[in-house]
Amino acid sequence: MKQDLMKQKSKDSALSKDFLVQLYKDMILYRRFEERVHVAYTTRRKFAGFCHLHIGQEAVAAGVQHALRPTDYMIGAYRSHTQAIAKGIEPKAVMAELFGKVDGCVRGKGGSMHMFSKEKRFLGGHGIVGGQVPLAAGVGFAIKYRGEQDICVCYMGDAATNQGQFHEALNMAATWKLPVLFIIENNRYGMGTDIHRTTSVDHLWKRALAYDMAHSQVDGLDVLNIYDAVKATADGMRRDNHPHLMEIMTYRYRGHSVSDPGAYRTKEEVAEYQAKDPMNMHGKFLVASKLATEADLAKWDEEAKKIASDAEDFADQSPPPGEDEIWQHVYAE
Amino acid sequence: MTTVTLTFREALNRAMCEEMERDPSIFLMGEEVAQYDGAYKVSKGMLAKFGEKRVIDSPISEGGFAGLGVGAAMAGLRPIIEMMTWNFGIQAFDQIINHAAKMLYMSAGQFPIPIVFRGPNGSAHMLAAQHSQTVEGFLTHVPGLKVISVSTPADGYGLLKSAIRDNNPVIFLESEMMYAFKGEVPEEETLIPIGVGDIKRAGHHVTVVAWNRMLHRVLEAATILAAEGIECEVIDPRTLQPLDEPMIFESVRKTHRCVVVDEANSFASVSAHISDRVHKECFDDLDAPVVRVSSEFVPMPYAESLEDRVLPGVDRIVAGIRETLY
Repeated sequence: MKQDLMKQKSKDSALSKDFLVQLYKDMILYRRFEERVHVAYTTRRKFAGFCHLHIGQEAVAAGVQHALRPTDYMIGAYRSHTQAIAKGIEPKAVMAELFGKVDGCVRGKGGSMHMFSKEKRFLGGHGIVGGQVPLAAGVGFAIKYRGEQDICVCYMGDAATNQGQFHEALNMAATWKLPVLFIIENNRYGMGTDIHRTTSVDHLWKRALAYDMAHSQVDGLDVLNIYDAVKATADGMRRDNHPHLMEIMTYRYRGHSVSDPGAYRTKEEVAEYQAKDPMNMHGKFLVASKLATEADLAKWDEEAKKIASDAEDFADQSPPPGEDEIWQHVYAE
Repeated sequence: MTTVTLTFREALNRAMCEEMERDPSIFLMGEEVAQYDGAYKVSKGMLAKFGEKRVIDSPISEGGFAGLGVGAAMAGLRPIIEMMTWNFGIQAFDQIINHAAKMLYMSAGQFPIPIVFRGPNGSAHMLAAQHSQTVEGFLTHVPGLKVISVSTPADGYGLLKSAIRDNNPVIFLESEMMYAFKGEVPEEETLIPIGVGDIKRAGHHVTVVAWNRMLHRVLEAATILAAEGIECEVIDPRTLQPLDEPMIFESVRKTHRCVVVDEANSFASVSAHISDRVHKECFDDLDAPVVRVSSEFVPMPYAESLEDRVLPGVDRIVAGIRETLY
């Protein structure tokens, strides 16, 4: 049924073959990039610190990004390597940043949790759970203040919705009709705690009810579904400047961070999700729809691996920042 | 220079109005700043002048609207965020310390945060423990923030203008007890540079460093001691981060004695830092150890007599100064 629906969508002129293929290429790039990051961290010990992987959640980054305009703003939390790449930061600049090198997107000063690009309007990369949510309200405020048509996408994890700042930001965004799309990537676990053990509501989109805010729940295992939902929502927000809380149901295959063995969930549960992996499902759809062959998928996989591998080579070759960098960017001129 | 007499609140109001007329990207947000004209009337008339787009009543949500300000600054605006008092501003420390102060550095220079967080700091009168705190000790500790603490309407006017034009997050500390103070303010537009102290009274026997409301108590103490022939040189750093160390050191090298008066609790405070710096840099010039006069290390009690005893009073300041004169 779902496959039929997607086939139907693929006939839609708005969803061209190129577009449907690009979604797959993006997802496999994010997957292979993060896998490379994982090995570089664990086996090759290229860097340390916290490292939160997005593996399993790639459909969110890809589906959301394609529904946006280049001038839209994006801000995220600490699981944001693929969001940064989706928004236009080059994979090699992300990898070099992870390695703490001077050619990283923030010259080795931010690392895994703090990727930024002013040019691409990617506003971080933030490490305090929920702290980025009021920032997004401020970006929405600035958009409205200047009368622009952009929106600000604010990513957060499920557990951020229990922070006070989340609620303060939603209240202001709803009261002042700020064009912010708050996206909860609900991967079901706040670090190692099942979200239902710490949260009073059964669905996180219900948090919007307290603020009379538009809201939705989206199946995050279907990349086209994500794209459609975000596109329609963003179009509406541009029309009449309002915020929206979107809960995207997703799942991460790896631990909260690289160092988390994931003892709080069963292997069966992880396997169950992997069996309906959004990237693989989309690949199957492309083949079934005769938009690609298995050979094409394999070729794109190799291309993605090459980009990830080249990114690691680039990061290896980039020097660490000079000691003088310690003193730069503490204060602006 | 021609001057006009203004109250502290009028001087701050004038600074904000002049800057907002100059730059449309500046807006003022805070609790009661618009329709109520400000809890302490600092923003009186600004809603009428600039409209509800630029003078905005916030919800009682300090962490939220401080963060909104930081986000707006990331996207190119220049917010002035009023804290009804800095005691409430403590709710916003996550946004100020974790976000505003570190954004430029974490983004390797891509995202400066030109924002002013301003409001009254320190004790007022019988407001008890949760409404009588000073925050400069916490906030001068954080790289990326500038911290200004003013004692006169003229300094408030000139330094608030500089704070608004600065491309960094600036903490601007006022005082409930001083909003009605009157002073001479230049009639012509004047900016006072951040990081430059001011000698509020010249003298040659002892250097006394103080800021904000304590500065006025020190001036009282200096008048008392002058009657005995003891001439205090009273230095108001005006900016605590960055601190005008050369002005303090130069004075101490002349007087050979130094007292620092600080409304904060004494442990790990700005006065502790100044004392450390003076001991290190002026060791050979000192004729006595640096003396610090601070609030007692207790939460502020409510009763008037106890509050008076906890704060550095003129009597304790005079005694502190005498301690260096042996």
